[in-house]
Amino acid sequence: MAKNKPESNTPQEKNMPEKRFSWQFPIVKLRYWWFALSLLIIIPGILSLVLHGLNLGIDFTGGSTFDLAFNKKVGQAEISSTLDAIGLTGSRVQIYENGTKAIIRTKDLDVGERDKLIQTLEQKIGTIDRQSIKEDKVGPAIGKELTEMAIYALLIAFAGMVIYLTIRFEFLYGISAIIAILHDVLVTLGIFSIFRWEIDSSFVAAILTVVGYSINDTVVIFDRIRENQEKLRRGDSYEEMVEKSVWQTMARSINTVLTVLITLFAIFLLGGSSTKVFALAMLIGVFSGAYSSVFNASQILVELKNWQERRLKRVKLGSYRA
Amino acid sequence: MRRGNLFKLLALIVVVAVLTVLSISPLTNPDPKKGIPLGLDIRGGVNLVLQAEPGPDQAKITKDDMDRAKVIVEKRVNAMGIAEPIIQVDYDKKRLLLDLAGLKDIDEARRLLSTTAKLTFRDPNDETKVVLTGSDLKDARAAQDSRGRYVVDITFNSEGAKKFADITTKNVGKSMAIYLDNTKQTDPVIQEAITNGAAQISGGYKTLAEAAVVANMLRSGALPVSLKIVQERSVGALFGAESLWKSLNAAKWGILFIFIFMLVYYRVPGLVANFSLVVYALIVLWTLWVFKAVLTLPGLAGFILSVGMAVDFNIIIYERLKEELRAGKRIRAAIDAAFNRAFITVIDAHVTTSIAAVTLIFLGTGAIKGFAVTLLIGIISSLFTAITFTRYVLRILAGLRSEQNPKLYGA
Repeated sequence: MAKNKPESNTPQEKNMPEKRFSWQFPIVKLRYWWFALSLLIIIPGILSLVLHGLNLGIDFTGGSTFDLAFNKKVGQAEISSTLDAIGLTGSRVQIYENGTKAIIRTKDLDVGERDKLIQTLEQKIGTIDRQSIKEDKVGPAIGKELTEMAIYALLIAFAGMVIYLTIRFEFLYGISAIIAILHDVLVTLGIFSIFRWEIDSSFVAAILTVVGYSINDTVVIFDRIRENQEKLRRGDSYEEMVEKSVWQTMARSINTVLTVLITLFAIFLLGGSSTKVFALAMLIGVFSGAYSSVFNASQILVELKNWQERRLKRVKLGSYRA
Repeated sequence: MRRGNLFKLLALIVVVAVLTVLSISPLTNPDPKKGIPLGLDIRGGVNLVLQAEPGPDQAKITKDDMDRAKVIVEKRVNAMGIAEPIIQVDYDKKRLLLDLAGLKDIDEARRLLSTTAKLTFRDPNDETKVVLTGSDLKDARAAQDSRGRYVVDITFNSEGAKKFADITTKNVGKSMAIYLDNTKQTDPVIQEAITNGAAQISGGYKTLAEAAVVANMLRSGALPVSLKIVQERSVGALFGAESLWKSLNAAKWGILFIFIFMLVYYRVPGLVANFSLVVYALIVLWTLWVFKAVLTLPGLAGFILSVGMAVDFNIIIYERLKEELRAGKRIRAAIDAAFNRAFITVIDAHVTTSIAAVTLIFLGTGAIKGFAVTLLIGIISSLFTAITFTRYVLRILAGLRSEQNPKLYGA
C-alpha cells in the first residue's frame, strides 16, 4: 500500500454537482480571513501564556489537595482561618455540593503536617466522612517530571507524525498538518491561560489526544486532496482542486466532530470532577482541530505549493537567462 | 439468495444479542480476578510513590537495598490484611510504587510505610551506643500490660537473648533506653537480669492498634533505606463509587445521542453503525478483560471518547457510499468501492492518532498511561470492527434486494 494509484471505481468527476450544499461558500479563496480568525484567538493566547503562563495544579508544582465531605454545611472563611491558624497560610479553599464538601489545596504536606490538618479540621469544623475522601499529594520532583514528560511526548509525537505523513504523502503535507496541530495546541493552551483554568495531569493526556485527533481530521482531507491531485490535468487549478476536496469531505468533517463533541459534552457535564479538566481541554481542542483541519491545513498547503511553484519558476527563469 | 441473506442477518442479530447478554456478567464481575479490574480511583484505595533516600551515612542506594525494601514493605502491607497489594520497584529513580485497594485506614498505612523502624537498645552507660538492634528480634506482638497500658512484647532470637541477658546482668538498677528510629520509646529501669529473651516496650501508645503498627514494623524488620512519600493519591470507596456512577451516566447519554444522530442522519447504514458500535464496545471490553487492563476513570473517559471516534469509520464509509451512489453505481458495487477507498483513508488517519497514543503509553505514568492504553485498544478495535463486521452486515443488506432505494442510504 504505497502511494495510492487513482482508483478506477471513484465517482466520475463530471457527475459531481458543482455545489454539495446550498450554503456552500469559498474556503480556499477566503483563506486569509480564516488565518486572521485563528490569529485573533492565538495571539492573545500567546500573550497570556508569556505574561502569566498556565494555572498549574499540584500535579505540576507539587502540593497537597483534599476533597473532603463534612457531616454538615461548612463555610469557606472558617476553613481558611483554621488553616491559617496551623500555619498553612496561602492555602485555597473551595466549597461545593450544597456546602458540605470542600476542596482544600495546600503546599506539599508531609505525614505529620497532613495528620495535623485533618485532626484540626475535625476538631474545629466537623466530622469528615473517611469513605468519601479524596486526597492527592505530589512532591515537587514528581511534578517536574510530568512537565518534562509532557514536552517530550509532544515533540516525539510531532516528529512521528511528520515522518509518517512525509512517507504517505509529501513533506509539505506533513508541514501543513503540523502547523494546523500547533494551532490547536496553542488555542487550547491559550484559552486555558486566558481564563486561568487550573490544569492537572489529565490535561497532558488531553493535549496529546487533541493532537492525535486533529491530525486524523486533517489526514482525511489531505487524503482526498492526494486522490484528486493525481487526477489533475495540465492547466487545472490547484486551488480549485483543494476547494473541491475540502467540500467533498465536509459532511464527514462536520459529522465526525459532532459525534465526538457529543461524547465530550456528556463527560464534561455528567462525568466526575476528575475528568472535567480533561473533557474541557478536549472540547476546545477538538473544536479547534475541526476548524484548523477544514480552514487552515489545506489552505496552508495551498500557500506552500504556490510558494514552491514560484520558486521553481524563478529557478527555471534563472537557468534560461544563463 | 434473498432468503439466505435474510437468514444470515437474523442469525447475526441473534448471535450479537446473545453474546451481549452473556457478556454482562463476566465483564461486570467486581472481582478483579474474574472481571475487568477497576482502578483505585473507582474502587477506592491509595496509590503511593515512595522515594528511597540514603541514610545518615550517605551510602549509595543499591539495587539490593531496593529489593530488600520491597520485601519489607510487602511484609508490612500483608500484615495489615490488605488484599493483593501491587508493589513495583523503579530501580532507576529508586522508588517503590504501591497500589493498595480497599484500605480501611489510610493514615495507618501512611505511618507504616514512611517509618524506617530501626529498633535499637542503647548502652545504659552511654545512650549513644547501640548494644542490640531489631535484627536480634524473633517476634513482636502488641499487648496490654498488668496496668492496662498498651505495649509491644518482644522476644529475642537465641543470640539476641544471650546479649540481652549479658547486658541486663551487668546493669541492674540502671535504665536502658529503647529507640525506634530517632525517637526514644521508653527507658525502663532494669530490675533484674533477664535471661529468657523477653522484653517489653511501653511506648506510650494510645491504642492497641497503634502498638500493633509498631509490632508489625518490628516483625517485618527495619528498612535498609528511609522511604519518603513523594506522591499519594487516595480515594475513599464512596468517592470512587460516585465517580464511577457519574462516568457511566455520561457514557449512557453520550452513546444514546450518537445512536440517535446516526440513525436520523444515515438511516439504514446508521442502524448498521449502531449495531457495529455494540460489537465494538464488546470487543473493547473483552480486550480489557483478557489483558486484565486496569480500567481507571481517565480510561473510562478514553473509552467513551473512543465510541465517538469509532463512529468515524462508519461516517467516512457512508459519505463515500453516498458519492458512489450519486455517481450511479449499484448499491453492491458502491459498498465495495466505498470500503476499498475509505480503508486507505482510515488507515492513514488512525495511524497518526495511534502515534499520539503510543507516545503516551511509553512516556506516561499512572492515569495517563491507563488512558492511552484504552485509547489505543479503542482505535485498533474500531478498525477491526469496521473491516470485518460493518462490511459484512452492509453486504448482507445489499444482498437482500438488488434494487434498493438509495434514499435508505441517506443519498
